[in-house]
Amino acid sequence: MKRFIVKRLGYSLLSLLLLTLIIFLLVRLTGDPSVLLVEPGASKEDLVAIRAQLGLDRPLWVQYGQFMSSLLRGDFGHSFYYRTPVFELYLSRLPYSLALALAAMAFSLLVGIPSGILAAVYVNRWWDSAGKIFALLGLSLPSFWVGLVMILFFSVYLGWLPSSGSGTALHIVMPAFALGWYFAAAHMRLTRSSMLEVLGSEYVKLARLKGLPEKFVIAKHAFKNALIPVLTLAGINLVIMVNVAVVVETVFAWPGVGRLLFEGISFRDFPVVQATVLIGGTMIVIVNFFVDILYAVIDPRIRYER
Amino acid sequence: MSALLEVSGLSTQYVGARGTRVTRAVDDVSFTLEAGRTLGIVGESGSGKTTLALTLMRLLPPGARIAAGSVRFEGEELLHKPEAEMRALRGKRIAMILQDPMASLNPLFTVGDQIAETLRVHEHMSRRGAWTRARELLGAVNIAAPERRIGEYPHELSGGMRQRVVGAIAIACGPKLLIADEPTTSLDLTIQAQYLQLLREIQRERGLAMIFITHNLGIVAKMCDAVAVMYAGRLVESGPVRRIFDAPAHPYTQALIESIPRFGDTASRLTAIEGQPPDPAALPPGCAFHPRCPLVMDRCRVEAPPDLEVAAAHRARCWLAVEMPAGAAAKG
Amino acid sequence: MNGSRTASLTVAWRFASLRVEGFPWIPALILGVIALLAVFADVVAPYNPEVGVLGDRFRPPAWQAGGSEAHLLGTDHVGRDVLSRLIFGARVSMVVGFTAVIVAGLLGTTLGILSGYLGGWVDQVIMRVTDTWLALPALTFAIFLAAVVGPSMWNIVIILAAVYWTRYARVIRGEVLSLRERDFVRLAIVAGCSKKTIMRRHILPNVLNSAIVLGTLMLGVVIVTEAALSFLGVGVPPPKPAWGLMLADGKKGLMAGYWWLTVLPGVCIMLMVLSANLLGDWLRVKLDPQLRQL
Repeated sequence: MKRFIVKRLGYSLLSLLLLTLIIFLLVRLTGDPSVLLVEPGASKEDLVAIRAQLGLDRPLWVQYGQFMSSLLRGDFGHSFYYRTPVFELYLSRLPYSLALALAAMAFSLLVGIPSGILAAVYVNRWWDSAGKIFALLGLSLPSFWVGLVMILFFSVYLGWLPSSGSGTALHIVMPAFALGWYFAAAHMRLTRSSMLEVLGSEYVKLARLKGLPEKFVIAKHAFKNALIPVLTLAGINLVIMVNVAVVVETVFAWPGVGRLLFEGISFRDFPVVQATVLIGGTMIVIVNFFVDILYAVIDPRIRYER
Repeated sequence: MSALLEVSGLSTQYVGARGTRVTRAVDDVSFTLEAGRTLGIVGESGSGKTTLALTLMRLLPPGARIAAGSVRFEGEELLHKPEAEMRALRGKRIAMILQDPMASLNPLFTVGDQIAETLRVHEHMSRRGAWTRARELLGAVNIAAPERRIGEYPHELSGGMRQRVVGAIAIACGPKLLIADEPTTSLDLTIQAQYLQLLREIQRERGLAMIFITHNLGIVAKMCDAVAVMYAGRLVESGPVRRIFDAPAHPYTQALIESIPRFGDTASRLTAIEGQPPDPAALPPGCAFHPRCPLVMDRCRVEAPPDLEVAAAHRARCWLAVEMPAGAAAKG
Repeated sequence: MNGSRTASLTVAWRFASLRVEGFPWIPALILGVIALLAVFADVVAPYNPEVGVLGDRFRPPAWQAGGSEAHLLGTDHVGRDVLSRLIFGARVSMVVGFTAVIVAGLLGTTLGILSGYLGGWVDQVIMRVTDTWLALPALTFAIFLAAVVGPSMWNIVIILAAVYWTRYARVIRGEVLSLRERDFVRLAIVAGCSKKTIMRRHILPNVLNSAIVLGTLMLGVVIVTEAALSFLGVGVPPPKPAWGLMLADGKKGLMAGYWWLTVLPGVCIMLMVLSANLLGDWLRVKLDPQLRQL
């Protein structure tokens, strides 16, 4: 087991390294770094000065070294607009995004799991068909459009819910729904297929052969087992939600990291944009690592693979 | 005295998508089983033996239906019973053991929990009572240190122990009939003998009747009083074990017996049966075995032989049984 | 170029031999209509989508009070005809969507084949890069790239392809790994074919199924992402009419109740994505039942 963890750790670290390399190269090679890394509106002389200061005329690997060393110190640059270190800025906004993601996740699980179970138990009957339609809609409707339409209905026409900002519990309702909608459909689909697989398993067969009532079989034997892959997916999706929330946060002016990213591109605040990608990617690599370990704990076969 | 289990004319079919293909998984099967006796059901994979077992328990997958026949257990007709009554029967009066113990046990619950479950549902025992009884049952299936094992999870036990747990679950409520579907196939050879020994003990102690489904004739010889041979969903031969082994009437049975390698055999090659078992959805006309039969006659290709009596309690579906006088079957 | 001819013949044959059973007519029809509108936009659209009459702003659709038949679906905040913009937007969505999917497909499939077939360190390197690339959150990464290279319609296509090629690489690699063990490949090796030939003539036509199915499924994702990018202002730049852009503009009128500027473009996106998904699902079941896990 230890060997497995070490191996996976090595892979993750390699991924993180590659991540920074990819971002670094993309900026240096495809864009004009001197324009990007400099405040908008700088004069020609400023540009020259900045080039020297940032070492943009040094060889690439030296620049990369500089880049990495500042990253490792937690220095992701300074925001042009806010005039504060980007990392601090990001961290100050992160709790809002996490709150939104958690609310959206709760919604998606509360809707997704029961409907997935019902769709599996009543497979190919009414509930399943309804579930399929729901899944299709969830995967086809862009989250930000759902948000906009909800504002139209609940803020403009009905006046029940506030359309932007944060502050009260009511403020989180629509953004959470808009963000969670897609994931509710994804979770429903996975719950359904996982449940179907479990319902066809040998131990469920034996449970029925033991004469246990069907509801009992589903609630006790099938449910717990079916939930494992769903919950691990949910863990990964939580982090994905934080990243994907850009548009929803923009629509609802929710002050999370997604909105920060939007501000970054609106104000040509490149350090913010770059940092968001780096941190976002890092979070996903970390979560993937933990999920892999978790799977190995649950299923001993995985430890001896590869 | 009526038999414990009387099956007559049982037929189960799988209906393909959109009702187009009909596969006859079990076709006109009849046999009886007395209390305390063991019947072996032998056949290759795809012969329908597992479907037969599931039909008796009325736990067929969706898409399968019982087309005809009757199953009488302790005088009651099972095929028309409402589901609630069947459920009361399963696990309590008729129990079943499946092939792969690792897959049969839920990995998330302890061994004790899974035994106690049956007791609580059927005997309405309290948690404590069920737990105590579960411990006793673990001892009854020869698991050492049952107080420790009872709290363990399936993956912490060895394969042989797991199958014993499955056995404990089966006998927990004192059934009259135990159906064992290839219970030793997943076990190591050395463990197999022990497990069979255990089953015999349990059977003797509790007066259990057993249906033993296997593809291994050696086990049948050791464990069973009577044997029924299945091929392509039909019962092609049935009778007392001694008789079937000494004088098999159906060429398939003969071939099966011959293909068992024996010590002292001086022949240099193993005898195998030519050809493959037929696709259940596309059975050949006439006798299903005729493409592979060394003694095939023209009649076999056209007409499926009925269930004919060869001798007392010895039946076979073969046109040869008509031609040959009872008791004088020559080895092929 | 035997391999590519085999490949294109295979694609044609596969499509021709698809039976009509269960064919999703409505989604196909919808996609067909959208495609036609995209191609013939200049002829079909009543107005120039980029020019507006300022005096005619925020007109509601014809069936509402204040609407007129001159503008069936109303006008936007600078007086441009919504219907025309929707029609021309179809062109943008189609072009960007299809091109990005095809480019991503080409890149991802090639890498997947190389990685899966050649194995060894090539595989390791490509896989590590792919996994890492996959860890980059798609939308965020796309925004980042847009910030780096600057938004224009063709840049967006390249960006989308750059973000989504990894989906293909993973799946195709998996297929190739199992194909490698099949007899006809082994026969080719024994017969002395070069690796390049085998990859081109034997592996490629057989992974096309998966690539095509994946393509239809990715089309929806790509379009939604493009709409999101345009909505945020880093996608197709104005005044070009992209549905995502229309949604961004529509937001301005939202609080005032100008619903048609928000609902209508979204409906278009939804129809296109829904149809692509349904078609993809049908293709997936038809072309290879084994792909059901996709």
